[in-house]
Amino acid sequence: MKKIAFLAFIVIALSSCTSEDASSTGNKETNFDRKAMMVNLADNIIIPAFEDLEVKLVQLNAARLEFTSNPNQANLEVMRGAWLEAYKTWQYVEMFNIGKAEEILYSFQMNIYPTNTTDIESNISSGSYDLTSANNNDAVGFPAVEYMMYGLATTDAGIVANYSTDANAASNIKYLEDLTNQMKALTSTVLNDWKSSYRATFVESTGNNATSAINMLVNDFIFYYEKGLRANKIGIPAGVFSNTALPDRVEGLYSKTNSKLLALESLQAVTNFFVGKAYGSGSNGLGYADYVDASTNVALSTMITDQLNTAGTRMGNLNNNLSQQVENDNSQMTMTYDDLQRAVILMKVDMLQVLNIAVDYVDADGD
Amino acid sequence: MIFLKTYLHKTASSAPLAVFRIGFGLMMFFGIVRFWSYGWIKKLYIDPQFHFTYYGFEWVRPLGDYTYLLFALCGVAALMVAVGYKYRIAILLFFLSFTYIELMDKTTYLNHYYFVSVLSFLMIFLPANRYYAVDCFAFAKAYKNIPKWTVDSIKLLICIVYFYAGLAKINADWLLRAMPLKIWLPSKYDLPLLGDLMQEPWIPYAMSWSGMLYDLSIPFLLLYRKTRWLGFVLVVVFHVLTRVLFPIGIFPWVMIVSCLIFFSPSVHDKLLQSLERLLRPIRALFYRRQVPFMENYRPSRSRFPIYIILVIFFSIQLLLPWRYALYPDELFWTEEGYRFSWRVMLMEKMGYTQYRIVDGETGESFIVDNTDFLTPFQEKQMSFQPDFILQYAHFLGDHFTSQGHAHVEVYVDAYVALNGRLSQPYIDKSVNLYTIKESFQHKDWILPFNDEIKGL
Repeated sequence: MKKIAFLAFIVIALSSCTSEDASSTGNKETNFDRKAMMVNLADNIIIPAFEDLEVKLVQLNAARLEFTSNPNQANLEVMRGAWLEAYKTWQYVEMFNIGKAEEILYSFQMNIYPTNTTDIESNISSGSYDLTSANNNDAVGFPAVEYMMYGLATTDAGIVANYSTDANAASNIKYLEDLTNQMKALTSTVLNDWKSSYRATFVESTGNNATSAINMLVNDFIFYYEKGLRANKIGIPAGVFSNTALPDRVEGLYSKTNSKLLALESLQAVTNFFVGKAYGSGSNGLGYADYVDASTNVALSTMITDQLNTAGTRMGNLNNNLSQQVENDNSQMTMTYDDLQRAVILMKVDMLQVLNIAVDYVDADGD
Repeated sequence: MIFLKTYLHKTASSAPLAVFRIGFGLMMFFGIVRFWSYGWIKKLYIDPQFHFTYYGFEWVRPLGDYTYLLFALCGVAALMVAVGYKYRIAILLFFLSFTYIELMDKTTYLNHYYFVSVLSFLMIFLPANRYYAVDCFAFAKAYKNIPKWTVDSIKLLICIVYFYAGLAKINADWLLRAMPLKIWLPSKYDLPLLGDLMQEPWIPYAMSWSGMLYDLSIPFLLLYRKTRWLGFVLVVVFHVLTRVLFPIGIFPWVMIVSCLIFFSPSVHDKLLQSLERLLRPIRALFYRRQVPFMENYRPSRSRFPIYIILVIFFSIQLLLPWRYALYPDELFWTEEGYRFSWRVMLMEKMGYTQYRIVDGETGESFIVDNTDFLTPFQEKQMSFQPDFILQYAHFLGDHFTSQGHAHVEVYVDAYVALNGRLSQPYIDKSVNLYTIKESFQHKDWILPFNDEIKGL
């Protein structure tokens, strides 16, 4: 290597004519402290979000126990509240599909929607099921719990009856218990891995290659934004990818009023992550926005945050029930989608170009 | 005319061409083995459900599982070339199989592969098996000398490659903005030793300028005896450096070995002697008969048809890279006339291309998820190359028509960023690409480039 470096120096020395004419759109080179960014992301954003989610899931389990022990309207409301709080927090961790989360297919067991009510019903009636099986990915997690709390009957009294007087009550209670326990257990597994070992690997993994955490994380982030947020929450229900609108594909279908709230939380999580804002507090640290700023003279990071804010404003004007919004005036939905889409281009094309990160993991030769 | 006639009768040692043949054959053999061992045959040619074919070569497609056989054939042919066994058939087979492989999917287009194709085509007409080849036993003679033009033709091709690659670097992006090296080099921050150096602001400029000067001057440095060693050292340094900095496979080594041909016969004799020492343990296998060493190789048939072929061949080589001048708008933007022109590492280009399938009667539409049809690599290459975009539009149109969709129209919403510029709209959104036929005409549905890149 030393020899190569020396020979390289000779080649460089051979050329005496360099140009000072740095054009305005060019890159600038600085030694951006990548490790400091990774430390901020891990210690102030990722781990705190997982910790909070774990707390919220413990509370959900407590509320669930309270409800199933004393099935009544008040306890149902409390459990629904705990579920919503946990679901909102979930929006801050879904994008981190890295390390243990990626290994155990965490997000596939937490938030696949629309949930498959047929699978849920047959699981309950058979009483034997493996909730970790891929076949049950659409019968577990937040959407399944939502169905169990909102969708088992058309009225709240009917739902309470499903856990008290109904012939299936014991099976229903068991399934709800298994669902919430699994969510808590999976979350603890991921969090403990972060705390015990992965954090150390993560902050050091700053190389520019397909398996480094710094590259995988930005790919996960963009994938989440494009798929988890833009497509799943807005685009698919709005019928962007199909001939007709699909209002029953929204997140939070059974609770009806939470779909916009969850999408807004998700957008907030994306924005916070991009700028490096600490979870649950206002303080800003190093994030990919700073990495972008260190790599180009163009105000790209501002363009991205501006675009995310524009999309957020547009999203804020939607009906709380996105399903209803699709039915009433779908053009508002598709306009929100278009605003979200503009940020995809800024991130996937412009940002990845200046950071020179491979968006895919193709290892074929180049020219 | 007299000069030409005497030139054609000049002879040169047969050793350089023999060494070249051995080196080329071995390199290609290992190239094929490497390609296979990485699982790229499956990944690039068997897994994808759709392939981007070349205009006029739509019939060249992967052969399913027989694609492996094709690669095996290519590898065996390369090995036969290396040992000089049934050389003419072997090199013809190699040229055909290798070129077929490259034509199967233009997603994998590399200038280096094109170089191998044209070089192997040229080699079909060269007497590379008259010395140090298994064929010499069959002919019962070897030759000390072969026509000089046969060695010179390879030198000419290599000179064209370097010189045209140098010419292509004379543009404002490369020289004045140091693009795309200004993006690529700092991203090598994790390289030991070189990583920190690559962060220096002057490095991309120095590398851009020296790269341009290197490409333009290397033919002359290699041709003149006094500067040959300097030239060769530069070749080694340059290609090793590119190997360290960029993922370019075996081709740095191919170029280094190819450039050996510029050296005098004595160097090649020494190389062959070392090879002979290396082969001593298995010598008994092939040295059973002594082959008489004849002076000059004189082909029995008329050379005239070959001269004609090679004149046409080199005319094409010299003219083809200039075809871009026949097209309006920026070459880097439209890529019309970009391939087959030794334009290497000139662009950092990224795109995002979405397809909307519209029912022409009802106006109902939906957006296509490209990952349903393309591999990540194909999608990446498709997103910024207009001929890919058009071909895929037709594929989607046909696909959805066969799925029962009526009055299918295909529209594209694409954004492309070039050499560090912000992305801009790439394709006219209002054009139904399903009605556009591929041709060599200018694609007027590409939106104009918002900037200008001066230079060749």
